[in-house]
Amino acid sequence: MYVAVKGGEKAIDNAHAWLSELRRGDENVLELSVDQIREQLSLAVNRVMSEGSLFDPDLAALAIKQSRGDLIEAIFLIRAYRTTLPRFGYSAPINTDSMQCTRRISATFKDIPGGQILGPTFDYTHRLLDFKLAAEGNRTKAQSQKTEAKSTPHITEFLNKEGLIQTENDDGSDPPDLTREPLEIPANRAIRLQALSRSDEGFLLGLAYSTQRGYARNHAFVGELRIGICSVEMDIPELGFSIEIGEIEVTECETVNQFVGSKKEPPQFTRGYGLVFGQTERKAISMALVDRAMRWKELGEENKNAPAQDAEFVLYHCDNIQATGFLEHIKLPHYVDFQSEIELVRKLRKAADQNKKQEGK
Amino acid sequence: MQKKNWSRKEWLSILAKSDLDSLSTLWKKVQINAEYEFFRKPEIGTVMVRGRSGGTGNSFNLGEITVSRCSVGLQTGEQGYGYIQGRSTEGATIAALVDAFMQTSHKKLIEQKILKPLDAIHKRNKKDLASKAEATKVDFFTLARKS
Repeated sequence: MYVAVKGGEKAIDNAHAWLSELRRGDENVLELSVDQIREQLSLAVNRVMSEGSLFDPDLAALAIKQSRGDLIEAIFLIRAYRTTLPRFGYSAPINTDSMQCTRRISATFKDIPGGQILGPTFDYTHRLLDFKLAAEGNRTKAQSQKTEAKSTPHITEFLNKEGLIQTENDDGSDPPDLTREPLEIPANRAIRLQALSRSDEGFLLGLAYSTQRGYARNHAFVGELRIGICSVEMDIPELGFSIEIGEIEVTECETVNQFVGSKKEPPQFTRGYGLVFGQTERKAISMALVDRAMRWKELGEENKNAPAQDAEFVLYHCDNIQATGFLEHIKLPHYVDFQSEIELVRKLRKAADQNKKQEGK
Repeated sequence: MQKKNWSRKEWLSILAKSDLDSLSTLWKKVQINAEYEFFRKPEIGTVMVRGRSGGTGNSFNLGEITVSRCSVGLQTGEQGYGYIQGRSTEGATIAALVDAFMQTSHKKLIEQKILKPLDAIHKRNKKDLASKAEATKVDFFTLARKS
């Protein structure tokens, strides 16, 4: 039963004022600007954009500032803001083949056209705290090397030429949209990919890790991981043609998984796919692993009852805003509900007491 | 080398991808004063970006980007459409005005003073990124073992 209760307004106002003071912190320390967050905490910004499902670095940086660095709170702010905006339309699918890559690596082939580009990666750092960064700040400049524009075809295409990998074809169908229709199970791959791309990185990482440890039987190679800029093109109805309406940074991961074949499919490699806003490779790799695990049915694989194979379990629990909304609501007043619980327990105890007495007689 | 004819699709794309500071600075420099009215007032909204499963398969909805847009009409009748990535009603208005004036005798001026510089900034940024990426390209060498 829900009963409206009034009160606590002053306490709430004062709690918010304190929150605001703590957000600012010690006033002898310079205040952080939104620009500084956008430029210097860009991977946090990327995470908020990916899970907030809205690519806008300035907004994500503002949300991080407002949330005192609580990224799930920041993602919540972005999701809430997004709902206030009108939707102008849907873009054409971005062409990741023509991505301007800032990073592009393959764990399956050493020599690839265009080469292995490491990009601005933490890989190969020693994970030692850099005290110089605290003392003197960051002064290193990136190196440059002259280059010609060259194409960077997807690496899985090489396997495709021999017919060794399952092809991905477009049947021209219009994808369903999670932000417009509620999730229903069974969910097709388009819905699964949309849900995974905006899902919680930690949850997805844990699930992906579970597939590597044996909960769902697939051993994935990173066929290709690429990060870079893609332009976004959309049809403008009033003009009758499409224009590029923007550019986004995305991370794309294609995994290659061995597949011994089934009644439906011949022995070949199969793919898992990850595509995420921003430089977010841990999540993109996780997404590819979980996408592949959930494809067991269409490939005619055995259901191992592994968590990552269970699309219903994954899709209904991967969204951190849904999860946190339901989880955190239990700390809000439930006085009346709990009062009835107390009454019930008292009644049960009374009945139990009486039973004991009667047995004792 | 120099581009002679911009298609409308090209110039609208360059405007949409430009950053507000550069666009606004360049627009103020050309100092075209003209009367115009809004056909569609500047508004901020989103576009749902799509991707493809496996890069080539069925499309799916990836997530949204913010976009601002408006349309203007000049007194002389030309109509301009402005789209710009992000949340800027000012940017959308300038983009629409540039589009409208590209259909007038100001075309040459705008090409030289706005489109060309914006395109140059875009190309420079791309080149900068490409050369930094190139510097992180791995040169493999194999240590041949003498038997």
